[in-house]
Amino acid sequence: MKAKFLIPLLLFVVLVGFLAVGLNLDPHEVPSPLINKSAPAFEVPQLRQANKTFSPASMKGQVWVLNVWASWCVACREEHPVLVEIAKSGLVPLIGLDYKDKREDALTMLEKQGNPYLLSAFDANGRVGIDYGVYGVPETYVIDRAGVIRLKHIGPITPEILKQKIYPLVSELQKS
Amino acid sequence: MIPEFGHYALTLALCVALIQGVLPLVGAHYGRRELLVLARPAAQTVFLLLAIAFGILAWSFYANDFSVLYVAEHSNSQLPVVYRFGAVWGGHEGSLLLWIFLLSTWTILVSQLSKALDEFMVARVIGVLGLITSGLLLFVLTTSNPFERLLPAAQDGRSLNPLLQDPGLVFHPPMLYMGYVGFSVAFAFAIASLLSGRLDAAWARWSRPWTTAAWVFLTLGIALGSWWAYYELGWGGWWFWDPVENASFIPWLVGTALLHSLAVTEKRGGFKSWTVLLAITAFSLSLLGTFLVRSGVLTSVHAFATDPRRGIFILIFLSLVVGSSLVLYAWRAPKNTLGGKFSLSSRETFILLGNVFLVVSAGSVLLGTLYPLLIDALHLGKISVGPPYFNSVFVPIMIPLLVLMGIGPWTSWKNTDLLTVIKRLWLAGLIAVFAGIAIPFIMGQFTWLAGLGFLLAFWLIASGCLQVIRQMKIGKPTRSFIGMQVAHLGIAIFVIGVTMVGAYQEEKDVRMFTGETVTVGGYQIQLMGIEVVPGPNYQAIRGTFSLTKNGNSQAFLHPEKRSYFSSTMPMTEAAINTSLTRDIYVSLGEELGDKAWAVRVYYKPFVDWIWGGCLFMALGGVLAMSDKRYRLKLKRVAA
Repeated sequence: MKAKFLIPLLLFVVLVGFLAVGLNLDPHEVPSPLINKSAPAFEVPQLRQANKTFSPASMKGQVWVLNVWASWCVACREEHPVLVEIAKSGLVPLIGLDYKDKREDALTMLEKQGNPYLLSAFDANGRVGIDYGVYGVPETYVIDRAGVIRLKHIGPITPEILKQKIYPLVSELQKS
Repeated sequence: MIPEFGHYALTLALCVALIQGVLPLVGAHYGRRELLVLARPAAQTVFLLLAIAFGILAWSFYANDFSVLYVAEHSNSQLPVVYRFGAVWGGHEGSLLLWIFLLSTWTILVSQLSKALDEFMVARVIGVLGLITSGLLLFVLTTSNPFERLLPAAQDGRSLNPLLQDPGLVFHPPMLYMGYVGFSVAFAFAIASLLSGRLDAAWARWSRPWTTAAWVFLTLGIALGSWWAYYELGWGGWWFWDPVENASFIPWLVGTALLHSLAVTEKRGGFKSWTVLLAITAFSLSLLGTFLVRSGVLTSVHAFATDPRRGIFILIFLSLVVGSSLVLYAWRAPKNTLGGKFSLSSRETFILLGNVFLVVSAGSVLLGTLYPLLIDALHLGKISVGPPYFNSVFVPIMIPLLVLMGIGPWTSWKNTDLLTVIKRLWLAGLIAVFAGIAIPFIMGQFTWLAGLGFLLAFWLIASGCLQVIRQMKIGKPTRSFIGMQVAHLGIAIFVIGVTMVGAYQEEKDVRMFTGETVTVGGYQIQLMGIEVVPGPNYQAIRGTFSLTKNGNSQAFLHPEKRSYFSSTMPMTEAAINTSLTRDIYVSLGEELGDKAWAVRVYYKPFVDWIWGGCLFMALGGVLAMSDKRYRLKLKRVAA
C-alpha cells in the first residue's frame, strides 16, 4: 500500500540521473558527416594578401588545423589565447578561415590581439563555410596528411580540449 | 557605488530569507509562538530588500551604467527607454532576479491576504516559500550576480538582442514568471499541510484561489509568448513545440489538472493524495522548466549563454526541493483518509478522467522534450524531436478530453444518472455534428480533421449554452459557475482558431516586383514600393503593400527588414492586418536582384481566436477566483 506513494520519488530520481548526465553533454555538438571524409576543396583570397589565394590542396602532405573565426565573434576572442599558444608551440600549422567578415575589421582584430595564423583564408560570403557545415563560429578542424578531416570541434577550444583531444590526435597523425 | 548597494541588498535578503525559511517552520513544529510571529515581518523585509535590488538594477539600465557587466551586455545608449526597462529581464541574471522578486511578491501577498488563516499554517507556508527564496538567492549570489562590475567600464553596451526589442518582451516574461512562480504558493500550501497532517477541505479551499491566480498568469504568459513568436519571429506559426515553450506548457497542463482536482478535494474531501501530488508536481515542473531553460541541456530557439556551474546548482536545488517534498509525500500521504465514496458515473469520475488525460498529455510532452537528452545520455545518438511527434501524440489525447468537458459539468457529485444527462445533452450533440459537417463545407473544403475540430468546439459551446440556460432556471449562477463557463468557452474558441488556421490557411512564397499583385484567401496584395527608413537604433527597409478585396481597398501593410546597429543579423518585422475572422500576414524576405523581392504572404483565418480563447480562459479564472465563497469562508474562519 505504502509503496505506491514512493513511485513519484523513484521517477524523479531517474529523471535527475538523466539530467545530471545531460549536463555533461553538449546538445549543440552534432556529429559532422565530414569526419573521415576529404576536406572540401576551395580556393579563396587570403586575408592579408588579397591578391594571393589559399586552397587546402597546398597543405597536402602535412597535418594541419583549420580554425573558422570572425572579428564579430565574441567566443573567438575567448579562444584566442589558446590559438596563440598553438602558434607558439609550433607543433602544427594553424590556418584561419575568416568567415563572413569585413576585411578591415578582421585585420584590425588580428593587429590588436595578435595573429596566431600562418595565414587566413577570407570567406567573405560564407560559401566555404557552407561546404564545411559551419553553423557556429568558432569551429576547428584537424586535417591529416591525405587531406581527410579527422576532428571537428564546435565552439571555442579550451586548454583542456587542446591538451586532451587536439594535440594527441595531431601527434598521432604526424607519426603515421 | 549604487550597484554595490544592490549587491548588498541581495546578500542581506538571503540572510533574512533564511530566517524566514527556518524559524517559522521550527516554531510551527515545536509550537513556539514567538518564532511563528517572525514569519510575516521576515517576508516583508525580504520583499523590501529585493524591491531595492531590483529597482537598483532597473536604475542602472535607465542610467546606462555600463560599468555593470550585465547592463553592458544587454543594453546600449541608443536603446529606447522602454526596452532598457525590458532589458532588465532580457538576460539570465536579470530574469532570475525577476523570478525571485516575483516569488517574494507572492509571499507578501499570501502573508497579507491570509490574516484569517490558522497561524501555524501561515507560518509554514511562508517558511516553505522562504526556503525556496533562500535557495534561489544563493544561486544568484554565487553564480549569477547581476551587479558584477566591468572595470574599466565599457564605452557603450552590447545592446539587447533585437528579437527581444519588442513590447511583447516587456510583458511576456513577467507574466509567465508570475504563473511559474505562483505555483510555489500551491506547493507551499501542500507542503505545509503535509507537515501538519491537516490535508483537508479547508486546505483545498485556501489553495484554490492562489492556484487559479497562478494559472491565470501562466495562461496569459504563454499566450503572450505565442503571440510574440507569431508576429516577431516572422515564421507565421503560433506554436513550435520548442523545448522552452514546452517548459511553460507542461506546468500549465498539470496546473489545469490541479485546479480541477482541488475542486474535488474542497467539495468532497476526495483525491487528497492525488491533489497534493499535483501541487508538488506543478511547481516541480516549473523548477524543471527553469533548469531546462537556464542550463542549456537542450537546444532551443531561446539560445541562452550557458555556464555548466549554473546547471549543476539548479539541478542540486531541484533535487533538494522536489526530492525532499516527494519523500515527505511518500511518508505522510498514506495517512490520508479517503474522501466520500462516489459511483462510476459521478462528477468525481469525470474530473478524475480529465485529470488523467491532462497528466498523460503533460507526460508525453515532457517525454518528447527530454527525449533527445535521454537518447544522448544513453549514447544512442543525437536526435531531435519535432512538431510531428507532438502533434500526433498530443492531439489524440485532447480529443477525448474535450468530449468529457462537454459532459462533466452536467454530472453531479457522488452519483449521477447518466441517462438524464444524455437526455439533456442530445441537442448539443446534434448541433456539434451539424457544425462539424456544415462549417468545412462553408469554408470550401471538407477534411476529417477540420470536421472533428468544429464538432468538438461546438459540442463545448452548445453544452455550455444549455448549462447556462438550465442554471438560469434554477437560480442565480455563482461566479464560480460563470468562471467555469467562460474558461470552457475559451477552450472552444481556441479550438476553432486552431482548426481554422490548420485547415484553411494559405501561404505563398513569391518573387515580387514593384507593382505586382499576389492573391491569397480572396485578397489581392500589391507591392507598391520599397524604401529605406531610419529607426532609433536601426535602419529599415520598408515595403508598402496595398490590400484589396474585390476592388475595395482595405489597408496598407508595411513589413520591414531591420538592420540593428548592434547586430549583424537582419530582423524581419512582419506586417499584419488583423480582423476578427482573419489575419493577412506579409513578411519581406531577401532582395533577389533585378529589384525583385522575396515576399511571403499568409492568409490566416481566425488565427486571433487562438489568443482570444486564452484570454477567455484567463478571464474565466479571474471570475472563478472572485467567487464570494472564498471571501465568506475566510470571514467565518476569522469570526
